[in-house]
Amino acid sequence: MDTETLKSKCTHLWRESGRLWLDFRTQTSAIHVDALERKWITISLLVIGLMVTIITLDALFDGINPPSKVETIDSASLHLSEEFAEDNLGVQVDDKGKVTIRMVAGRYSFFPKHIDVPAETQLTFRWVSMDVLHGVHIPMTNMSTMIVPGYVAEVTTTIPKPGEYPMLCNEYCGLGHNHMWSNISVIAKEDWQAPAKTLVKGGKP
Amino acid sequence: MNEAAERKLALYHLWVAFGAFIVACFMGEYQVLERSGFIAALDSPTVYFASVSTHGVLMGFVLTTFFIMGFGYYTATTSLKQPVWNKPLAWGGFWLSLAGTIMAAVPLLSGKASVLYTFYLPMQAHVAFYIGATLLVVGSWIWCVIMLVMFNQWKKANPGLPVPLAMFATGANAMLWLWASAGVALEVLFQAIPLALGWIDTVDAGLARTLFAWTLHPIVYFWLIPAYTAFYVFVPKQAGGYLFSDEMARAAFIILAVFALPIGFHHLYMDPEQAKGWKLLHGIGTFVVALPTLVTGFTVIASLEIAGRLRGGKGLFGWIGTLPWSNPMVLSVILSLLMLIFGGFGGIVNASYAMNAMIHNTAWVPGHFHLIFAGTTVIMYFAIAYYLWPMLVGKPLFSNAMALVQLWLWFIGMSIMTTPWHVLGLLGQPRRISSVVYNNLLTLSWKPYELMMIFGGLILLGSACLFIYNLVKTQLNPVATDFTQQVEYAEPIHPLTNLPEFLNDLSLWNKVIAVLMAISFGFPILQFFIMDTFESSGWGY
Repeated sequence: MDTETLKSKCTHLWRESGRLWLDFRTQTSAIHVDALERKWITISLLVIGLMVTIITLDALFDGINPPSKVETIDSASLHLSEEFAEDNLGVQVDDKGKVTIRMVAGRYSFFPKHIDVPAETQLTFRWVSMDVLHGVHIPMTNMSTMIVPGYVAEVTTTIPKPGEYPMLCNEYCGLGHNHMWSNISVIAKEDWQAPAKTLVKGGKP
Repeated sequence: MNEAAERKLALYHLWVAFGAFIVACFMGEYQVLERSGFIAALDSPTVYFASVSTHGVLMGFVLTTFFIMGFGYYTATTSLKQPVWNKPLAWGGFWLSLAGTIMAAVPLLSGKASVLYTFYLPMQAHVAFYIGATLLVVGSWIWCVIMLVMFNQWKKANPGLPVPLAMFATGANAMLWLWASAGVALEVLFQAIPLALGWIDTVDAGLARTLFAWTLHPIVYFWLIPAYTAFYVFVPKQAGGYLFSDEMARAAFIILAVFALPIGFHHLYMDPEQAKGWKLLHGIGTFVVALPTLVTGFTVIASLEIAGRLRGGKGLFGWIGTLPWSNPMVLSVILSLLMLIFGGFGGIVNASYAMNAMIHNTAWVPGHFHLIFAGTTVIMYFAIAYYLWPMLVGKPLFSNAMALVQLWLWFIGMSIMTTPWHVLGLLGQPRRISSVVYNNLLTLSWKPYELMMIFGGLILLGSACLFIYNLVKTQLNPVATDFTQQVEYAEPIHPLTNLPEFLNDLSLWNKVIAVLMAISFGFPILQFFIMDTFESSGWGY
């Protein structure tokens, strides 16, 4: 097909959709809408518009987004992967001071069972499942994510208040689901000591 | 028109629906008791998760689908004033759905399908569960086809006339459900059944969740549309007035049907397999679909005001007192709207992209959907049943007073049960746990709320029993009376003139849905076939 026919086709399609739109507009304006109802619809649209604007601006400019990294991993061979091999699990700090926490979820626990993290510090959690679907949240914080087998769930957050927190599995994963939980100690920033662990070799810090 | 055959068809569907409902109500009360841990002898995850799975399927698939089908057949025949098209096919759909329900019930009740209502691949249930659920859905597709055929036949026979509003809503719901159920059908046919039969060894859990999310949002509008239909076509007449705007009602149903579909990713906000841009797009669509609900609230309240003023109500709020509160339909709509206001507020928290992180998969979520579904929606199912039962069985309602008590109890019970449920979610309690075994002080703060929930559940169970009792007594009433009441559809206060074709036909909207679905689900599904993904083998539970 040469460019001329393509161009004329496009113009035709453009005109056609314009005509459809005008037709739609004319028909819409013929509908009887009560003046009070028109006001209510306007107010509703404004309120909805305001909420959508706030959410979109937060997402685009402040980076407030849910965990959405779309990173795949073979859940069946985590133990052979460099990043999630047993030695690499838990809290690690890289040379720039970035804190990364690698956790494995499996029926019925989170591994390692207990971790210490600093308060008021940006934490990057990387969660993987070694079997079925799990979910995890730390109550009273916004550390929450689904852990879907085959994918790495990454959450970056800061926990403001020191204390002992549970980490709870929040997705049904089998009859022992109730027993799937572990603990996290959030320690005041100045008291926290980075674990003496080597930097992860094959991972993506 | 002699509609005896249609009445029988509707009655069979509605009895299956309410039969499933009462069984599931008893399970609900058991679950809230077991979960609290107050009675040690009840503690059993095996029984609990089998019960939760069955409760979810009975309420979410059986009560709703059979109710919608039965209500749809009767609405179609009475609003179009023509018999149901192809009755043998309709009965075929009924028996197919019933066979599917029974086939799924056996593994559910024997603990062979404790995968909950949302399936959770790569966890596997007995194959009979998936096949049964499929048959139930295929039976409902037959209903969709019959509704759309009747819609188009009537339009052809009455060119230029507006399709009756009740039928317009039912047709829109049939279109919605055909689109909505395609997602879960793909998941079951290409992933769950082949995995359960051993034809394939692995499935992609991310793809499974994406396909389920396709269905998971519009399905709630499939349930809700009959309630909204009653708001628009029964309530104004029962209150003694007129429908405020027929055109806006049609617009609301269209926006519901179109925008309920491309927004399922708000169920996947916390999931790692979809990117943030798609989630944001679906999130914005989720807010758009609030518009028809806001319009519906306005139209229904305005219609009630017209009725209240016609009955002599004066002043800014005087018309509220003059409404016929002793009419079950009017009482139900008031209580339903009250629950919708609170449930809608919670829904906005869930829909808010990032705020959702605080309540995702906590007890807040079942609190929310019980308020919106079991509250707002099911109370209108009660109202419709109280209104239609006398016409379906040809006898007056056994007790109007009992109906009013039942509706009030349902509202009170639902308020007492769902308020602490929301609070528990804010206190961090996960949903879907059968007992609390976390060795943490936080759990102490959960106890009083669990006690309240048991009490709320008891009130709901009592209310549900009263409902069934009233229907049974109405039907078995030996008194032969000349009961000749017919269904009355509300008249709009402004007669319908200049109704544009796009508010009287569904084909344009079907195309719009196709485009929106391609945009919002096209790449997110395609990505699983482009990326290097690693599938999971099946797991027991």
